[in-house]
Amino acid sequence: MKLFLGFVKKEFYHILRDRRSLFILFGMPIIQILLFGFAITNEINNVNIAVFDHSKDVTTQEIINKISASSYFSINQLIENETDIETVFKKGKIKAVLIFERDFNKKLITNKNPTVQIITDATDPNTANTISNYVNATIQSYVKEINKDTPIVYQINAQSHMVYNPELKSVFMFVPGVMTVILMLVSAMMTSISITREKELGTMEVLLVSPLKPIQVIAGKVIPYVFLSVINAIVIIVLSIFIFKMPVEGSLILLGFESVLFIITALALGILISTVSATQQTAMMISLMGLMLPVIILSGFIFPIDSMPLPLQLISNIIPAKWFIIILKAIMLKGVGIFYIWKETLILLAMTLFFIILSTKKYKIRLE
Amino acid sequence: MKILGFIIQKEFKQIFRNKGMLPIIFIMPLIQLIILSNAATFDIKNIKLSYIDNDHTSYSRNLISKFDASKYFHVITDFPNEKAANSAMLNGDVDVILEIPQHFERDLHKEKHVNLRVTINAIDGAAAGVESVYINQIIQNYNGHIKLSLMQPLDSQITFLSISTIPSFWYNKTLNYKTFMVPGILVLLVTMITLFLSGMNIVREKEMGTLEQINVTPIKKSQFIIGKLFPFWVIGLGLLSIGLIIAKVLFNVPIIGDLGLMYLYTSIYILVILGIGLFISNFTDTQQQAMFISWFFMVIFILMSGLFTPIESMPKWAQVITEFNPIKYFVQVMRMVMLKGSGIVDILPQLLKTILYALLMNGLAIWSYKKTN
Repeated sequence: MKLFLGFVKKEFYHILRDRRSLFILFGMPIIQILLFGFAITNEINNVNIAVFDHSKDVTTQEIINKISASSYFSINQLIENETDIETVFKKGKIKAVLIFERDFNKKLITNKNPTVQIITDATDPNTANTISNYVNATIQSYVKEINKDTPIVYQINAQSHMVYNPELKSVFMFVPGVMTVILMLVSAMMTSISITREKELGTMEVLLVSPLKPIQVIAGKVIPYVFLSVINAIVIIVLSIFIFKMPVEGSLILLGFESVLFIITALALGILISTVSATQQTAMMISLMGLMLPVIILSGFIFPIDSMPLPLQLISNIIPAKWFIIILKAIMLKGVGIFYIWKETLILLAMTLFFIILSTKKYKIRLE
Repeated sequence: MKILGFIIQKEFKQIFRNKGMLPIIFIMPLIQLIILSNAATFDIKNIKLSYIDNDHTSYSRNLISKFDASKYFHVITDFPNEKAANSAMLNGDVDVILEIPQHFERDLHKEKHVNLRVTINAIDGAAAGVESVYINQIIQNYNGHIKLSLMQPLDSQITFLSISTIPSFWYNKTLNYKTFMVPGILVLLVTMITLFLSGMNIVREKEMGTLEQINVTPIKKSQFIIGKLFPFWVIGLGLLSIGLIIAKVLFNVPIIGDLGLMYLYTSIYILVILGIGLFISNFTDTQQQAMFISWFFMVIFILMSGLFTPIESMPKWAQVITEFNPIKYFVQVMRMVMLKGSGIVDILPQLLKTILYALLMNGLAIWSYKKTN
């Protein structure tokens, strides 16, 4: 036991001595969560729209005013002929063009149903679709206004209640995701380097001839990083509560417990990577190239998993980040207890055990 | 020139000798391109809908069958009361709860209008907005039906003024996400490979102590740097080519614009990334530090590139930061040239900024590289 403690102490010294890495380790997550918490949003804001108005009458002017009054759009270009549409799209600044047909007002009053064409630059399909829906909604609400004196006939109205996030803030969606990505990558990267570094620098030999058992060497490598990552997790949680006003509806203790569990999962994955790679370069390329995009895309951080094709939904199950994001959202936003998330917790636990057992098996006690 | 040739030869040999790295450089990015492009979709489908029917009439059943028929919704189950439904939502089993009130049919006949309660899980705010739009569309549609069947002669005198909108989606009529994502993910992969490799390369020689050996040779600074970076430049362009073939053959992404223009831009762009990598390499002592820093910039570059979330939606100060993000320009140029067929005049601002960036980064990198310790 004393031997083991000495080894852990040595690892701590190693980490604390490299000031520059330490600074990066703690500074980066803070900068990233601040930057992304504010900047990553898929709400639509100030989209540039151009107008091609064939009739230029009272009604079209009123509609244009209504659209430009909303914070979603800013109308900043008038187009006078058809070919200009192509030109503005190719320049890339304008995302949508509205075309009002001739005699708009006259058609409206005589009940002839005038039309507005909404042409969107659908190279970004999501934004295009949202713009199209919002413009349509704005125009329909204008129609409702001009019809307000007509009695309604046979109508079902849907009253929507947005639960867990009534203001539809995208911060609530992205902060748990950013937190997961940062913890996952930092933890996996740190440990994956620690063992390969010893291999590459030749000090592994010393460890191998020491009386420490493989499991002790691995545990000794992980323990200091557990501490560091827990501090990181605490900082991130504090920032998300105080700066981004993320609620923690559920128990803070449960949140802490789950975070530690996830950190250990990520560290164990890092250990596994380090046991299968020969050089630091390989280890880092696997933990960065191999983890970064899958964690960002397949975890449900940005893209909804339910909309993915079935094979990918199945693949997403092996991404630990997916389960942690579900847990985070459940505790922070829904305020549920362990009874609602025991399944996810168990999955993370099983993954951790799997990684640890596999890396102890793969850990080579002989030099090549 | 002859010396340069030998350095390049040495670097290529070193890359191809490392059998552990080869699949990571050449296979992993392409597999990710193929798999992840399918996953990256904001298309809202398979919305899990459940309902509470307090009315049990033909009208309420008809309404639910409308949802069942829609391709967006997947009617999971019905619940006897609100409590059971809410608990299912807490569990994450349902996304939307539709509650049909008692006397739904009677009120519709008598009062001529009736309210439905719809509860939407809004943790993903954007998805919730879209779901709400789909729900309203279905209900509007149903309203049209009941109006036709219930309208009395007296009512028909009432006329509504109406305006219709015709949406049309240019460059991507079917709103296919792959068309949008494949070029973007390709950009990320090319960038990641070239940045990580170049960022780690020189610092590796430093850590191993072999840099000193090179420093005492008559190799000039410029020869050494060009020799180091040229192989990665070739690898980057090679990846782009394979990626474009995959995009065309596998994903059927239209390539409308000029391929030559795309290669011209990419060859300059990779210089920017290599310059950044070299710069990082000069300022760090260990591969670990170099990796951490490259990772830091990479995550920022990726998430602020406009690939996943639109740049226009970011706050002003964040938009200013994106001006320094090379990936942003690459994503823009790829999409503009590939999908819209933009010409050199259209991408001139991006092209000039990239050239400037390349000059700046490589200048800094060469300046900060010292042959003596």
